[in-house]
Amino acid sequence: MTIAINNLHKRFGKNQVLKGVDLSIDEGHIYAILGPNGSGKTTLIKSILGMVIPDKGSITVLDRTIKKDWKYRKKIDYLPQIANFPPNIKVKELINMIKDLRNSPSAEKELIELFGLGPFLDKKLSTLSGGTKQKVNIVLTFMFDSPLIILDEPTTGLDPKALIRLKELIQKEKAQGKTILITTHIMQFVEEMADEILYLLEGEIYFKGSIKKLMEQTKQTNFEHAIAAITTSDSHA
Amino acid sequence: MLKILKYSFYDLIRSRWSYVYFLFYLALGFVLLFLNNDVSKAVITLMNVIIILIPLIGTIFGVMYYYNSREFTELLLAQPIKRSSIFMGQYFGVAGSLTLSLVLGLGIPFLLYGLLRSDAIFDFSLLLVTGAFLTFIFVGLSFVIAISNENKIKGFGYAVLLWLFLAVVYDGLFLMSLIMFEEYPLDTFSLVATALNPIDLSRILILLKLDISALLGYTGAIFKKFFGTDLGFLISMAILLLWTILPLLGLRYKAKRKDF
Repeated sequence: MTIAINNLHKRFGKNQVLKGVDLSIDEGHIYAILGPNGSGKTTLIKSILGMVIPDKGSITVLDRTIKKDWKYRKKIDYLPQIANFPPNIKVKELINMIKDLRNSPSAEKELIELFGLGPFLDKKLSTLSGGTKQKVNIVLTFMFDSPLIILDEPTTGLDPKALIRLKELIQKEKAQGKTILITTHIMQFVEEMADEILYLLEGEIYFKGSIKKLMEQTKQTNFEHAIAAITTSDSHA
Repeated sequence: MLKILKYSFYDLIRSRWSYVYFLFYLALGFVLLFLNNDVSKAVITLMNVIIILIPLIGTIFGVMYYYNSREFTELLLAQPIKRSSIFMGQYFGVAGSLTLSLVLGLGIPFLLYGLLRSDAIFDFSLLLVTGAFLTFIFVGLSFVIAISNENKIKGFGYAVLLWLFLAVVYDGLFLMSLIMFEEYPLDTFSLVATALNPIDLSRILILLKLDISALLGYTGAIFKKFFGTDLGFLISMAILLLWTILPLLGLRYKAKRKDF
């Protein structure tokens, strides 16, 4: 088991975001974390990364309890939702800095070529467009070889060509036996990529299973409608 | 931590404001030396400027740096780095680069003027040491304020208020209480009250070393009796050190519990 989450609670002020999430993530699959806005997807991911500290419950990543630990993050590649980079440094400097900080082998050259970032290497991050920033973000995430990859809205701002490259990249990583978590609102992307769906609603896991299982439970033929229908049918997992 | 320190430090010494700060001290040093023509007098004037300015600059730089590097901090938090190392690295980066500006900016003109041949070298070093302490103390305090306040405006406001309190209001309150309770013995009170404020403590330390404590009147005599001795000097240094460490502990405590 790659990730095991037990009875996870998190509250921000008056807002109870996670209300007892129980979850197990197995190795070598692609999981799509879905749910309406504000259902706690990002909070769940950030809890796994240790950026958000849970009020209650436990998280184990690759058989290690993550409380007060940070070394386990060596095993995780994380793509943050909005590419917030320090504005005054160049793309090349940022890549080198992260490489230096992680101190593990990296394959940024192929990725820079794959996404056509060569001409931007000497530009400052503040001058890049949203889509180009997202490509830099992807390079920073995929250049290390970690068994767990977490992608928060990876498709934001990408052009069709880059999107195809990203999909190929994700499939390639999966073929190597890596576990991948993705959150997105693009259902077509989920249908193409995901093995398992995790549907979060009001801070709880409302549904967990394959796309096929979801279609059967909701009695829908179209995936997008099945997701929309998930809360109305009595398919509580 | 050292890697974060390195990047924060480089980032800062490349920024325009560090140069402005450095050039300001450089100009101040040269002007004072050539107007006064006397190292000791220049040190006194410098002290008056430094004691107010360093805390202000430390506070503002600290808060500004924290809020400006929030994105970078979030990027780092997802990397395999210990949380407290990220914040400690940034703290030492800011405080270190400010101290460097101070030491170089004042050191160069004084060295050129012939500090090494003058007997004011000890006073001058004491000035730089307390300056460095004040920088570290106020950058630390401003980091604690910034990490406790998500809202930039609030954080800035609290930081400036803290500076205003310690640099100006505290002295006023101190003086008022001395007048109100003048019929009581106030020796211990004034000693403790001075030691509790790092700005006052630095001022007294330098004044006493400059041997102009006669100007301070009766209280001056008491201060001289306490701070003027080696033991007093050591105790005041220890208090400054404590003032430096306390915000750091606060920063660590806050950093461990914060959600990003």
